[in-house]
Amino acid sequence: MLRGNTKLNLQAKSLITKALISLFILFMAVFILGPLFWLAARAFVTSWTYPNLLPDGLTLQWWRVITGDESLKKAIRNSLIISPIVVLVASIICLPAAYAFARYKFFGRRAFLIGMFAANAFPKIGLFASIATLYYTLNLMGTVVGVVIIQLLGTIIFMTWIPAAAFASVPQSLEDAARDAGASKLRVFRDITFRLALPGILVAMVMSFLHAFDEAQGTYLVGVPTIYTMPTQMYALVLNYPAQIAAVFSILLTIPSVILIGIARKHILGGHLAEGFQIK
Amino acid sequence: MTTFEQESGLQLVELNKVLGGRVIIENLNLTVKKGEMVSLLGPSGCGKTTTLRIISGFLFPDSGKVLLEGKDVTAVGPEKRPSAMVFQNYALWPHMTVFKNVAYPLKIRKFNKQAIEKRVHDVLDILNLMHHVNSRPSQISGGEQQRVALARALVQEPHILLLDEPLSNLDAKLRIKVREDIRELQRRLAITTVIVTHDQDEALSISDRVAVMKSGRIEQFSTPQELYDAPITEYVANFIGSLNSFTGDFVDGRLTPGEFTVGIRPEDVKFSVKSMVGGIQSKVEQIVPRGHFHEVYLGRADMRLRAFLASDVPEVGTEGYSKVTKALLYQKGNLFKIVEQ
Repeated sequence: MLRGNTKLNLQAKSLITKALISLFILFMAVFILGPLFWLAARAFVTSWTYPNLLPDGLTLQWWRVITGDESLKKAIRNSLIISPIVVLVASIICLPAAYAFARYKFFGRRAFLIGMFAANAFPKIGLFASIATLYYTLNLMGTVVGVVIIQLLGTIIFMTWIPAAAFASVPQSLEDAARDAGASKLRVFRDITFRLALPGILVAMVMSFLHAFDEAQGTYLVGVPTIYTMPTQMYALVLNYPAQIAAVFSILLTIPSVILIGIARKHILGGHLAEGFQIK
Repeated sequence: MTTFEQESGLQLVELNKVLGGRVIIENLNLTVKKGEMVSLLGPSGCGKTTTLRIISGFLFPDSGKVLLEGKDVTAVGPEKRPSAMVFQNYALWPHMTVFKNVAYPLKIRKFNKQAIEKRVHDVLDILNLMHHVNSRPSQISGGEQQRVALARALVQEPHILLLDEPLSNLDAKLRIKVREDIRELQRRLAITTVIVTHDQDEALSISDRVAVMKSGRIEQFSTPQELYDAPITEYVANFIGSLNSFTGDFVDGRLTPGEFTVGIRPEDVKFSVKSMVGGIQSKVEQIVPRGHFHEVYLGRADMRLRAFLASDVPEVGTEGYSKVTKALLYQKGNLFKIVEQ
């Protein structure tokens, strides 16, 4: 009898736990997806204001405004050109550094690794302001190079830390085995180390791209008025256009993120590349 | 000073290596004949793995020479050495199939496609791996991974095959089968082989000769039988097989006061309930069954002796006679004499 009771109690308890978890998930879903839904809806309606429960009408006119507006198209183009450049430059600078951090012990290694956080630890705007004064003397204000450098700052931490961890997770013996098989050091890196670290490197590249793509503060400070990217154009949009245009633009701004994360999920986390990390 | 024999497969001459301020290898000399299988045996930290890494070219000695088939390769890196290594954890490349793993050394040597295919298939066939050609390392068992690692080494047709604790990641039963396979293959291909192990069973059972190492030096380098029968130092005697060890002397079949270290192998003790020539009164104090033999503790007037008896195992409390057929006497750690009766 007693046992039956405790069993019942346990069942009731687990039921309550389940209910609470479901409630929490529902709440989070509304909290996270709600604004997104609101944003998406706004991009396709003529107007939708309180206290109306339904929008006044559906339209694609806001999308036509974007495709028709030269400055907005230019911002999209700028973003799609500058962000890949940033990722490329970050890879060239950071991947060798990441490899060094993973494989060699050198003076100041830890200090460098920790120091990389410093740029992200302080309020960015202060950093950008001091960089701006430097830019004026170097004539980098309003140039693509200037914007690339500003966006690069935030990506360094991704492009160094994540690939460093990926390189470090490649067992030394796998490299030794390749050298024993006759491969030169460069070939070992190409065939073994790089291949096995690739998932980590790709993740870092995706994160760097998204960071560069979304960077607004520094880009605004350095690029405006000559160079507008999508996020900095948002500032102008929010102030000067109807809210629906901003909604359309946000959706456009989201597309690369969604596509990249989708690809990353499918090919990096689920593919053969991930298998490499399960073997000891 | 040193003669460089042409027919020697491997010669290590006066090797020295200091790592992190610690002397790892000290004046190490070793000559392995062509086609011979030699074990480097010793506890962890004795320098056996360092020696292997010097042979394979991953480490360079501070002084001394490495000769492969008479050719000085001391300064040659691992990628240019005609040696092939099987790593302790197999070190198979997880992103390549079994075929690609084995084909990789040939691809680097720029063999053409047909030649690669033929040689890889030949070696996979020898090692019974043909059914796993397209599997990935993560999909096959530990024993099979080990064989793939071996295939990847053999496909290079190396002058010397190096095995770094190749069996330590396998379970006990598989280990015995695989070590027999390795030995059989090594004999068939007549390939000079150096194997590093800390397992004396393994070393004694598959090697032509065993080098017992202690703190960076080779204590004794001889055949397994010699190593067992006449260990030249107390360290080797203790490391190989079992040993009863006493301080004293051994006169007329009994332990007497003295300054030697007396070592008696439990196998060299006979026990009988009837008296025998040279037998000494003994009482069975304890018996530990060890499978195919029994470990029997005998109380005698001069010592308490451990004996391995395979048949006619007495019961605890039995009174009888025991006789030591062979005793090893060491003076300051070195073999002084062997007493047999």
